[in-house]
Amino acid sequence: MSRLALLLARLTAFVFATTCASLAFAQGEPIRVGLLMIKTGPFAAPGKQMEDGLTQFLRERNYTIAGRKVELITADTAANPAIAKTKTQELIERNKVHVLVGPLAASDMLAIDDLIREAQMPIIASSAAAEDLTQRKLNPWFVRSAGSSGQISHAMADYAAKDLKYKRIATVADDLTFSQEVVAGFQHVFEESGGRIVQKIFSPIATPDYATYVTQLKPNLDAVFISFSGANGPRFLKAFGDYGLRGKVAVLASMTTVDEAILHTMNDDVIGVLSSGWYSAAFDNPENRKFVAEFRAANKSDPGLYAVGAYSAGLFLEQAVIAVNGKVEDKQAFMKALKAVQIKSSPRGEIRLDAYANPIVNAYIRRVERKDGRLMNVVLKTYPNVSQFWTFEPKAFLANPVYSREWPPAKNLE
Amino acid sequence: MHAWAVQTFNSVAFAGLLFLLASGFTLIFGLMRIPNMAHGACFMLGAYVGYSVIKAGLPFFVAVAAAGIALALLGAIVERVVLRRMEANEFAQVLATMGLAFIIADASLWFWGGDALQIPEPDWLRGPVRMGDLVVPKYRIALIVCAAVAAVALWLLVDKTRLGAMIRAGVDNPAIARAMGIRVSKLSTFVFCLGSALVGMGGVLGAPIISIYPGLDFDMLPLAFIVVILGGIGSLAGAFVGSIVIGFIYTFGQAWVADLAYVILFLPMALVLIVRPQGLFGRPAA
Amino acid sequence: MKAVLIGTALAALVPTLLGSSFHINLATQVLIAAIFASSYNVLAGWGGLVSFGHAAFFGAAGYGAALLVLKAGFGHLAAAMLGLAFATVLACIIGALALRATGISFLMITLALGQILWGLSYRWVSLTGGDNGLTGLKRPALFGLSLDGAAAYYYFTLGIALVAFLSIRRFAGSSLGASLRGTRDQPRRMSALGFNVWLVRWVAFVYAGFWAGVAGLLFLYYHRFIGPHSLSIAESAEVLLMVILGGAGTLTGPIVGAAIIVLVRNLISAYVEHWPMLLGVLFLLVIMFVPEGIVPGIASRLRALRASGHKAPAEAPPHT
Repeated sequence: MSRLALLLARLTAFVFATTCASLAFAQGEPIRVGLLMIKTGPFAAPGKQMEDGLTQFLRERNYTIAGRKVELITADTAANPAIAKTKTQELIERNKVHVLVGPLAASDMLAIDDLIREAQMPIIASSAAAEDLTQRKLNPWFVRSAGSSGQISHAMADYAAKDLKYKRIATVADDLTFSQEVVAGFQHVFEESGGRIVQKIFSPIATPDYATYVTQLKPNLDAVFISFSGANGPRFLKAFGDYGLRGKVAVLASMTTVDEAILHTMNDDVIGVLSSGWYSAAFDNPENRKFVAEFRAANKSDPGLYAVGAYSAGLFLEQAVIAVNGKVEDKQAFMKALKAVQIKSSPRGEIRLDAYANPIVNAYIRRVERKDGRLMNVVLKTYPNVSQFWTFEPKAFLANPVYSREWPPAKNLE
Repeated sequence: MHAWAVQTFNSVAFAGLLFLLASGFTLIFGLMRIPNMAHGACFMLGAYVGYSVIKAGLPFFVAVAAAGIALALLGAIVERVVLRRMEANEFAQVLATMGLAFIIADASLWFWGGDALQIPEPDWLRGPVRMGDLVVPKYRIALIVCAAVAAVALWLLVDKTRLGAMIRAGVDNPAIARAMGIRVSKLSTFVFCLGSALVGMGGVLGAPIISIYPGLDFDMLPLAFIVVILGGIGSLAGAFVGSIVIGFIYTFGQAWVADLAYVILFLPMALVLIVRPQGLFGRPAA
Repeated sequence: MKAVLIGTALAALVPTLLGSSFHINLATQVLIAAIFASSYNVLAGWGGLVSFGHAAFFGAAGYGAALLVLKAGFGHLAAAMLGLAFATVLACIIGALALRATGISFLMITLALGQILWGLSYRWVSLTGGDNGLTGLKRPALFGLSLDGAAAYYYFTLGIALVAFLSIRRFAGSSLGASLRGTRDQPRRMSALGFNVWLVRWVAFVYAGFWAGVAGLLFLYYHRFIGPHSLSIAESAEVLLMVILGGAGTLTGPIVGAAIIVLVRNLISAYVEHWPMLLGVLFLLVIMFVPEGIVPGIASRLRALRASGHKAPAEAPPHT
C-alpha cells in the first residue's frame, strides 16, 4: 500500500516537475519571429527595407517584449513561390518560429497559404497586398499590417475626381496581379465619381524601354495613373519626360511607384508626381520624426512602405504579446489578440483592423517635392479611417468579383 | 500617321541599343563558338562602372570609355584564365560563363546595393526635340547615331582590314585558319576583349533609358540571343539586320498586340528558325 | 546492380536517418530535381541536344493536372495521367518543330517555344491564375494511405524515382540509346549507315519530355502549387546546370548535380547570404578541375588511384 502511494507520489512529483520545467522552459525561451523577405534579385532593395524596419523596431524594444527575449530569423524567398514554401517550412519546423512576418510578394503569400493553415502559424503580412486575402479567401491565421492593393488607390481616385476635377485618365501599370488590383481600385472609384478611364495599359514586368507605351498614350488626357514596382517607375517617368509629356499630362502614382525605397535614387523627373499611400516619410508626427531620423541614420534611404509595414508588424506583435502575457504558445489567444490590436500612435498614425484582418488606415495624398535637398512625399491631404472597402458597403463589395484586369469592366475605353 | 512615325523612331532607337548589346555577342560567338552566358552580366557591369565614374564627377563620355576599358580588361582575364581551358567543350563553356554571370551579378549587388540606379544623360542631350510633328528625345537620336557609328566602325574593321579578314577566316573555319598561320588564339583574345568592351560601353549608353538594377543581366541576355540567332551567328550584318527586325517587332508588337507581349518576340524568331535554322545571314550548320 | 541496391537501401533509410520533416522534404525535392535532371540528360547528355525549354514539359504536366483537378473536378489519377499525356503530346509537337534544326538553332527554338508557353501561363489569368499560379491542391491518398506526411510522400517519390532511373538506364543501355549516342557523336556517319537520325532524336526528345512531365507532377503534388516560374527560362537553365555540373552523359551525374543545386538553394542559402556567388564559384571550380562534371571527374580520379596501385591498369567499364 505504501509502495503504491510512494509510486503515485513519485509519479505526481515527476509530472509536476516536468510541467513546471516545460513551462519555465517555455517562458525562458525567446519568442522566435520568422521574417520572409527577398535578398537577391530585383526585389533586394524592398526586401532590405523590410528587414531594416523590423530590426529597428526590435532594437527600440531591446529585443524584449513582455519580458521575453525576441529572436529574429530571416529567410530569402528569392521571389520564387516554391522556395517561399520551402523556407516557410524551414522556419516553422526547423527554427520553430512562433509567428511569421512577411512575405514580400503576394504570389509568395498565396503559395504558402495552405502551409499556414496546416501549421496554424500566425502570420503578419507586412506588404503582400493581395485583396482576397482579407476579402473572399480569409485565412484565420492571417493578419495584414500594410494595406490591400486597392485600398489606397481609392483615395487617389477620389482626390483626382473631386479635388482636381480630372475627367480623362489613362492607366499604365506592371502586368502583375498586384498592379492590376491597384488600377482596378482606382478605376472603380474614379468612374463612380464621374470620371472616365479611356485607356488601360499593362506592360510586362521586364520592360527595358517604355518609349512604346509613353507614345501610345491617348491625346488630351488630364492625367495618367501609374503603378510600377522597382526600377520600372523611374524608367517610365524618364521616358515620359523625354517625350515631352511632363507638364502637359499630370502624373498620379500608386504607393509603390514613388516609395521612399526608390525615391532617393530618382532625379528631378519625379517632382510634382502625386500619389496616395498609408505612409509618408514626410508625415509630421512625433513618432514619425523619431522613426525617420533613426532609420536615416542606420540606412541609406528614408523608410518606405516595406519598412513601415514591417515596423507596424512589430507594433502589432508587441501589443498582442502583451495582451496574452507573453504566452505566444497559446495560438488561439495570440491570434485573437492580434486581430484586436489598436495602435493609437505610430509613425503612420492610428492603425486598427477591420473585421477581415485588414488595417483601417489614414490615406495620405502626397506630392513629390525636394525638401532639404532630398526628394520627399509631402502630405497634401489626409483621408482618415480608410478601410479596404472605401465607402462601399462590405457585403456588396464582396459580392462583386475580386479586383482584376477585367473587373471593374472598362466601359469607357477609346 | 503620327503614331506610325513615332513608333518607327522608337523602333530604330531600340534597334540601336540592341545592336550595341548584340554586336559583341555575335563576334564572340562566331569566332570562338562560345555562347557567353555572362554577356548580360557584362552589360550590367558596364553600366554600374559607368555609374560610379559619373558619381565621381567625371563626364558621360569618360564613363563610357571607362566601362569599355574595364570590361575589356575583365574579358582578357576571363578569356586567358578560364575559357582558354575549355576549347570545344561547349558544356563547360556554358557552365563557366554561367558561373561568371552569377558571380558578377552577386558581386554587383554586394558592391552597388539592391537599389535601382539612374545615370543622367549629358546635359546637352537631355529633353525632347521637335522634328515636324514629332516630339522625340534628343538622347535617343544620339543613341541611334552611336549605334550607327559603331556599326560602320565594326564593318570597316571586319570587312576592310587584314585583322578583319583574319577574324572572318577564323569564324568560317578555325582549323584551316590556323593551318594558314593565323594566330587564332591571339585573335580570340582580341575579339573577346572587343566584344566585352562593346557590351560594357553599351551598358553605359543604354543606362539613361534602361537604368541599372539587379536582374538587368538576365533581362537583357535573351534579347542578345534573339538578335544574334535571328541574324545568324558570327555575322555583323546579321546582328545589324536582326537588331532592326527585333526593334520593330518589339516596339510595334507592344503597341498593337500588348496582350501577346511575351510571345511577340519569340514567335517570329521561332518561325524564322524553323524555316531557316541558320538565321537570316548565317552559314548552314556544318 | 550492387550499386543500385546499396543506393536504394540508403535512400530508403533517409527518413529515419534525417528525422525532421523539413530535411525529409528537402530529400524529396532532391529526388524530384534528380528525375527532372535525368530526363534532361537523355536529351542533352546522350543526345547532345541542348534544349533551353525543357521546363515546358515539367510545367505543362503540372498545370494540366492542376487545372483538371481544380477547375474540372477530375480525380487525381485521371488528372495526373492526362497531365502527363498533355506534356508528352507537347513534347511530340515541340520536338518535331525544334528538330528541324540542330545546335544553337535547336536551342533557340526550344527557348522560344518554352517562352511562349511561359507567356501563356502568365497572361491567361482566368485559366492559370497568372503570376499567382494555382493553389489549393490536395495530395491524393494512395490505396487508402495518406501522402500528406513528409515521409509518406518521400517514399512515394522514391518509388517513382527508382522506376524513372531504372527505365532511363535501360534506355541508355538499349540499342536506341546507343543509336542516340551515335547521332550525338557522328550524325553524318549514322545517317550514312541508314539510321533515321531525326527519328532517333525525336523519340529521345519525347521520352525526355515524358519523364520531365513525371517530375512536374511530383513537384505539383509536393508543393500543392504550380506557377509560371516552373515554366521559366530560369528553370530550364537550372536543369541544364544540374546536368553539366554532375556530369552530362552519365547515369548518376544528373542526380549529384540536382542534389548540389537544390541543397545550395534551399539549405546553404540560410547560412550564406551571397549563395549565388557561391554557386558561381562552384561552377568555375568544377570547370577548372573536373570539366567533364563531378561524377566522371571523381570516377576518373578514383580509377587513376586504383590504377596506380596495380601493375596493369584495370579496365574500367565504360560508364555511360
